[in-house]
Amino acid sequence: MSEIKVKIKNLYKIFGANPTSMISHIRNGTSKQTLLDEHGHVLGLNDVSLDIPTGEIQVIMGLSGSGKSTLIRHFNRLIEPTTGEIIVDGRNVIEMGKNELRDFRRFRASMVFQKFALLPHRTVIENVAYGLVIQSSTKDEVHERSQKWINRVGLTGFESYYPAQLSGGMQQRVGLARALATDAEILLMDEAFSALDPLIREEMQDVLLGLQKELKKTIVFITHDLDEALRIGDRIAILRDGSIVQTGSPQDIILNPADDYVTDFTKNINRGRVLQVATIMDDETPETGLKIEGDMVIEDALQVLSKAEATTAIVTHNAKPVGSVDLNTIIAALTRPIDDRGHTGSYT
Amino acid sequence: MDFLDEFPTMDRQELRELKKAIDLGFRNFSRAYGDALETFFEPLLYFMVWLEKLLIITPWPIIILIMAGLAWIGARSWPAVVGTVASFFVIGYFGMWEDTMATLAIISVATLVCIVTGIPLGIWMARSDRVQTLITPILDVMQTIPSFVYLIPVVMLLGIGKVPGLLAVCIYAVPPIVRLTNLGIRLVNKEVLEAADAFGANYRQKLFDVQVPLALPNIFAGVNQTIMMSLAMVVIASMIGVKGLGVPVLRAISNQYLALGLMNGLAIVALAIIFDRISQNFGKRLQRHREGGHDV
Repeated sequence: MSEIKVKIKNLYKIFGANPTSMISHIRNGTSKQTLLDEHGHVLGLNDVSLDIPTGEIQVIMGLSGSGKSTLIRHFNRLIEPTTGEIIVDGRNVIEMGKNELRDFRRFRASMVFQKFALLPHRTVIENVAYGLVIQSSTKDEVHERSQKWINRVGLTGFESYYPAQLSGGMQQRVGLARALATDAEILLMDEAFSALDPLIREEMQDVLLGLQKELKKTIVFITHDLDEALRIGDRIAILRDGSIVQTGSPQDIILNPADDYVTDFTKNINRGRVLQVATIMDDETPETGLKIEGDMVIEDALQVLSKAEATTAIVTHNAKPVGSVDLNTIIAALTRPIDDRGHTGSYT
Repeated sequence: MDFLDEFPTMDRQELRELKKAIDLGFRNFSRAYGDALETFFEPLLYFMVWLEKLLIITPWPIIILIMAGLAWIGARSWPAVVGTVASFFVIGYFGMWEDTMATLAIISVATLVCIVTGIPLGIWMARSDRVQTLITPILDVMQTIPSFVYLIPVVMLLGIGKVPGLLAVCIYAVPPIVRLTNLGIRLVNKEVLEAADAFGANYRQKLFDVQVPLALPNIFAGVNQTIMMSLAMVVIASMIGVKGLGVPVLRAISNQYLALGLMNGLAIVALAIIFDRISQNFGKRLQRHREGGHDV
């Protein structure tokens, strides 16, 4: 496991007139509803702790009202926590003074917004250059770097357009280029693709994954869409009523949902496209037979097996055999555990 | 039942003493600071006199050309240019050229003063709710109090002349630009502002790169209103010694000269329409970038 880039420790956020005095109520187990009804305060985040490794995409997922947008705004302190720590590279962001925080925002963490939040009176290239101008980079550098990122997100030729002249997907490409241009190691994406229609959303996910392969940034990605979370997340944290209910890899979340809330989420997922053969294989390794890579999703594995008219296959990792799968295991994994649905089969 | 029939009033003697005290107090104040204030406003007076002279000395074809140019820059439409040129020809033909130039001078200076004082005030109001609650009632008073009432202290302080006239015009004309600057900045999209924060913009960068540019259409509506309102004050300003189209109107009122009043009145209307169209269309063009195929 790589080193931790961002470490969140016991973060609480309570909205209201006197949030600090409410902390003890929450620690004593007062529920969100009780806090609102009896004390008139809204619980935003409840004892959130999370370790985010360098160079990975950490997805934070939850339904609306779960506190995910509140949480991401704590990373660069657009929202101040009631109590808690956010440690980036060993330095607590909460303790930063005004100037240090400003530099942190300018150079080390940039952000992409759900509704794009572009400057409507500036052209595409001026928008991409925004962060660089604030950093007070030299004119040549500003131009060169913004042009480079415009090309990278596929907006070449649109430099002098205004945001209102572009489609939603293209506007978000501008938002992405603006965030990447500052060269910050941390990228905060607040429901960045949620406002786009499904096809464009997938296209943007591909753009992001393509860039990430090479850039290896630490990305915090907020979404309410599990499909999106599974597709792009290296790790997923599920947030409910301001608390993290489960963290883990996409495979973990699907195979071992922590509670009914997570199970509900995973119910309608196409497991065949998420689960990889390595997560469901047996340890035994037959001498000979069909070979498939461990990170192949089981839907594809099924295709390969059926084409080869085989019933078992050797699972390999870096060309070395590590286990095996057979058709029955794959089919069983493809569907949800049967007791979830409340009926079982029987022989007659 | 005396108590109910008659409103319990202050004792007459006391009331008279109170009024006297206020008058005396202000008179002492104006005696003490009148000269200092006059010196303070002197540069403004010189500027106004210089501008008026310049406008009158400049040969009329050049003025008409400049006006036509302004109309083109502002409105970008031929009807506006033709209308402007025609209006000035008619004004000149009926012998109102000099008065019109004098009016133009005071309107320009008044608008300038209003912009220079009004926009920063509006920005300050937008920054703090407390400042807003403090300034709003003052603006209400400035807009609704009868002009004649504040003419009294202005004249007591500065006497009769161009500067008190300018002051009277500005008191009446500055509120809309303050209000609309404040409103425009408060209406700036919160998400864009948050993005500026997220990228580490400081107060100045937020103000000049985001808030003011996005508030510009509203600020411009304020400038437009300010021009209109200062034109409306021309007649009243002429009562305290400002030259221009107001003077003949005033003469027409006291002597019942219908034609004279009508002509000069219509000249004011013509100026108002010209400046309104120019500034409004200019304001609209400033937000061209908002148009586009997509509304997202």
